[in-house]
Amino acid sequence: MNPILEAVIAVLMVSGGAFTLAGAIGLARLQDFYSRLHAPTKATTVGVGSITLSSMIYFMATTGALALNEGLIMVFLFLTAPISANMLAKAAMHLRVQQAENTKGQAWDQ
Amino acid sequence: MIKGRFGLPMPILSLALFLVWQALNDGVTGGSVVMGLLLAWLLPLATRNFWPDRPGIKHPLRFSFYVVRVVFDIIVASAEVALIVMIPGRQPKTAFVSFPLELEHPLAISTLASTISLTPGTVSADISDDNTLLLIHVLDLDDEAKLIETIKRRYERPLREIFS
Repeated sequence: MNPILEAVIAVLMVSGGAFTLAGAIGLARLQDFYSRLHAPTKATTVGVGSITLSSMIYFMATTGALALNEGLIMVFLFLTAPISANMLAKAAMHLRVQQAENTKGQAWDQ
Repeated sequence: MIKGRFGLPMPILSLALFLVWQALNDGVTGGSVVMGLLLAWLLPLATRNFWPDRPGIKHPLRFSFYVVRVVFDIIVASAEVALIVMIPGRQPKTAFVSFPLELEHPLAISTLASTISLTPGTVSADISDDNTLLLIHVLDLDDEAKLIETIKRRYERPLREIFS
């Protein structure tokens, strides 16, 4: 394979892994439920995005055919991740999950 | 009425479904074309009642610019949030912010809410019953007014033009 392509794939995979790791660390480290919500949305967007992109490039380079499946994975994730985050936040507000003391502002519950 | 009931109520959605089905199937074969046509016909019919007024993107080209901008913002903001998370001993200043909405079309509002959730560091949590306020949870807030102004300028105004 073309060394430039190989480098691009490697960079994408490593950065995808790094962002997913950062998301996982955030999940463990952040202080309350609402802050931890941010970790999964970030890990799926950039982390999974770059990993699927690298897979797409790899299969297009090796098989020569257009690899669209990974692109669809990306699109579906980008469409559904905000909705699950929103549902989680709504459920947390409904259950009056405690927010960290230094949070500015209040959650509504209507 | 028969034409209205069995026709193609949303031709663009049907076309998109057909193309997605072909892409999912690893190569266009006879079976995938038949199944794709069937899905492209039946799914819009089945979900027609979920679209009270037909949503429309008035400026497809501007919408693609918008998508490119959002992808770019996601990458930049991800790096920022990753840094916040990685610095040990630093607890971010979390906050709930009420964002006053100017958009009215439901599809435009949900696009804005999804954009806010996808951009790392902000999650849209709730919308008020009269569709005028969006509750946003911010991971690390510096200045509330500045954040609202940024969202308005970068996302809400372009969406207003795209969906108006």
